[in-house]
Amino acid sequence: MDQFKKIWQTFISKPMAVVGALMLLVVLIMALFAPWLAPYDPQEHIDVSISDILAPPDAEHLLGRDDAGKDVLSSLIFGARVSLIVGFVSSFFSMFIGTTVGLAAGYYGGRVSNVLMRFTDFLMVIPDLPLMLVIISVWGRGLWKIILVISILYWTYTARLVRSQVLSIKERQFVLRARALGASNFRIIIRHILPQVLPLIIAQAVLDISSSIIAESTLSFLGLGDPMLVSWGMMLNFAFERAVSRMAWWFLLPPGFAIVWVSLAIILIGNALEEIVNPRLKTHHLFNPRNMVSLLMGKPPLVEPEPTPEVGT
Amino acid sequence: MSVLDVRDLTIQYLTEQGDALLAVEGVSFSLEQGRSLGLVGESGCGKTTVMLSLLRLLPEAGRITRGQILFNGQDLLQISEREMRAIRWNGISMVFQGAMNALNPVRTVESQIIEAIQHPDMKINSQQAVLRAGELLELVGIPAKRGKQYPHQFSGGMKQRAVIAMALACNPSVLIADEPTTALDVMIQAQIIELLETLQKELNLALVIVTHDLGVVAEMCDEVLVMYGGTLAEYANSDTIFNDPRHPYTQRLLRAFPDIAEPGSELASIPGSPPRLDDLPPGCRFQPRCQFGEEQPICVQQRPDSIEIAPGHRTACHLIAELER
Amino acid sequence: MSNQAILQIKTLYKHFPVAHTVKDRLARRPHQVVHAVDGVSFDVARGEILALVGESGSGKTTVGMNILGLQVPTRGQILFDGHNIADWAKGRLRPDGSPEDLGKLSRRRQIMALHRRAQMVFQDPYESLNPRQRIFDIVAEPLEIHGLVSNREEKQARVRAALEDSGLVPADHFWNRYPDELSGGQRQRVVIAGALVLEPELLIADEPVSMLDVSIRAEILTLLQNLRLAHGITILYTTHDLATAGYFTDRMAVMYLGRIVEIGPTIEVLKAPCHPYTQALVSVAPVPNPRKRRKRMILQGEVPNPIQVPPGCRFHPRCPLAEERCKQSDPPFVEVTQNHKAACLLL
Repeated sequence: MDQFKKIWQTFISKPMAVVGALMLLVVLIMALFAPWLAPYDPQEHIDVSISDILAPPDAEHLLGRDDAGKDVLSSLIFGARVSLIVGFVSSFFSMFIGTTVGLAAGYYGGRVSNVLMRFTDFLMVIPDLPLMLVIISVWGRGLWKIILVISILYWTYTARLVRSQVLSIKERQFVLRARALGASNFRIIIRHILPQVLPLIIAQAVLDISSSIIAESTLSFLGLGDPMLVSWGMMLNFAFERAVSRMAWWFLLPPGFAIVWVSLAIILIGNALEEIVNPRLKTHHLFNPRNMVSLLMGKPPLVEPEPTPEVGT
Repeated sequence: MSVLDVRDLTIQYLTEQGDALLAVEGVSFSLEQGRSLGLVGESGCGKTTVMLSLLRLLPEAGRITRGQILFNGQDLLQISEREMRAIRWNGISMVFQGAMNALNPVRTVESQIIEAIQHPDMKINSQQAVLRAGELLELVGIPAKRGKQYPHQFSGGMKQRAVIAMALACNPSVLIADEPTTALDVMIQAQIIELLETLQKELNLALVIVTHDLGVVAEMCDEVLVMYGGTLAEYANSDTIFNDPRHPYTQRLLRAFPDIAEPGSELASIPGSPPRLDDLPPGCRFQPRCQFGEEQPICVQQRPDSIEIAPGHRTACHLIAELER
Repeated sequence: MSNQAILQIKTLYKHFPVAHTVKDRLARRPHQVVHAVDGVSFDVARGEILALVGESGSGKTTVGMNILGLQVPTRGQILFDGHNIADWAKGRLRPDGSPEDLGKLSRRRQIMALHRRAQMVFQDPYESLNPRQRIFDIVAEPLEIHGLVSNREEKQARVRAALEDSGLVPADHFWNRYPDELSGGQRQRVVIAGALVLEPELLIADEPVSMLDVSIRAEILTLLQNLRLAHGITILYTTHDLATAGYFTDRMAVMYLGRIVEIGPTIEVLKAPCHPYTQALVSVAPVPNPRKRRKRMILQGEVPNPIQVPPGCRFHPRCPLAEERCKQSDPPFVEVTQNHKAACLLL
């Protein structure tokens, strides 16, 4: 598709976006090739002596050992898998839910919109974290349960965004034309409305990845992560409980740094994408007549964005 | 002496790739005080570019590469930006296309007119400005007390009147109106035409109407400049253009325009579409669409200069002599 | 005439409710309605081109939208080939024993059947095409919607025929492009092709040339005229421009504030308008010749708000000839000559 090609070209011309992409690539490689990259297998049973516990970095263990005597670097590398799976999968699900709700509410309007948007508002105003804690403690801990919880709580912004775009797109003449051709509502939504909002949805989904990763880390940090898997959040949790008092910085800093690294990478990418595809963030056009008038009268031009459809807050 | 005298105006646009596109080439015309000129052409023919260059308000990528713009004998291309600022709005003023939709929605119409009156070079206090704004509104047929209203309380026709009032704020001697009647209803169009005619007479304005609507030009202009693909196609008084056009483009444009006085008459469209700036034909710009120039090597290869074929009647066509026979 | 009529509009009303705010309710203001179309009747014969002329707010576009079932009429009948579209749009079934028994179909099927036979061309060629679709897909979409083609070759053939009938020759040259690679005139041809591909009997052309350049307008109008010649398509041409209507339509109906004020053969209406409103419109239409400048009969003010329609003759507040009786009684249609009627008390 030409539009995606165009977006790609603009994307790679932004230095910050390229930096973000490279940063993400590092993490992706780490996650994909973890068994080959990691010097030890974190699941492997090892015999530890007292001196191995929280041993500082040395030549064999570049980032030292944790409270169970395991290699911190290996846990860190395997932890990337959990973070990325949670990030990508739950942002995909929340994109799907948010898009469906937004399309339906925006296109059908009226009662459908009222019901859906009130529910969205309801979810939006409830503080996420306590709700997640409650749900997880009821459902129990597990990777897929965490993904599910994040997905069903993080779609609201996408829904609002999509709805507000649909509201303006559905008034456009090509939608009226499709109706005059006899197209069904489903066809109009899929063929004529969705393609116009898709780039915006994708940009939003990318930003969602980083909030999902942070949410997972938070849950794990609070001790609600999947007990079978090592994730960065869980490493932080253990480090906080057991390593801080012993000043074992090699255990505490790497997972924190990793979370910041991947969130930053995704935010850089997401912001660049959003800047490219979100009409509201575009700057004004030179031929804005009002600007022309102020130029004429010897005043500095007004820097004012072109009026664009309102985007939900 | 003419108040406005444009000679051999040539304007280029620089593209992002650094190519220079010839947007306007060799356009000349002059206008006397109290007369009106219609600048006619299809979209993309360069008519708006010419008008913006008169005010030196071309977008950044635009360059005037040749020619003169004499305003009361002074070349506007030679003066400083400071001096130019004194001429904009005071000397030459413009009603932008679509400006009526660009009024600030959260300020009263009056305050926006006052903003135009309080030009840096006009020493005027706020009390006088309010009076003057009222005067201007009355001049364009809006009761002064409605100035306290906001643009959304104005109908389309009234907004257009308000924008004209703003353009007249500093008593300009030349008023340029870019598509002043486009997007207005027929009856409102007629009201605006009438208003511009009255203003022109009362204020002795030199009026330039930029439009694609030949009917509007025929109704209100003394002289007509027909542009095609950035060049002057034909320039003469209104009667000559409409009754004795010489350039093939003018002739065909007139035949493509329905005449309400003769309903049911044949219309002949012009096949093809106007040239794009980045793909200009090497010879006469109208040649690819011209029924006479098809096989004439001179039309294909060489650009015609505009020549004066009768006093005050200029046209740019290689075949003008042959077509007359 | 009426048995050949493809379209009969009988006292059509379309009112839109005005939002009733809490403030209105507190002030006990009655519910208000916009009288967009307020009792319009006319027939269109098969193969005829009828112009529906009026300023914005006259209701001409609303009439077209109601005919296509895109809006539901408030009252009145719209008979398309004998079937009452107004009932369909409301979802009411009305069996009638016509050969192609549309009445027995479900509402969705009825509307589909209608859209196969009646199509629309829109005003703004820059807005009426989906910018993300290729020309081929735009023109092929109606065929897919109505399930009219079974294989790719057939689809290509029909798209090609429609594009070339609309003057985009050769079709292959255009169909892989996106709308923003085409000029305004070419886009409008794509819109026409998208309607033609269904081989409709009725085409509603809503201001199809008002956004186009002068040299292109004539082409599109000629194209519409040729469609009638080649395919016998009936055209309802809505416009505010009397001059283009005068060029290619057979009859003309002039609308003012939701009503038809004059209807008759185009040339007769333009040469000898009877209703003062038509007279004014004709007098102000710019003539492309300074030697033919006429006395303009400029109406003051603007078309009133269709929420509060003036009593009596709705034109009387702006009518230069208005008399006392015009304020009281609503004028009926008076036949001026055969087929030429006007609604004015002074006739």
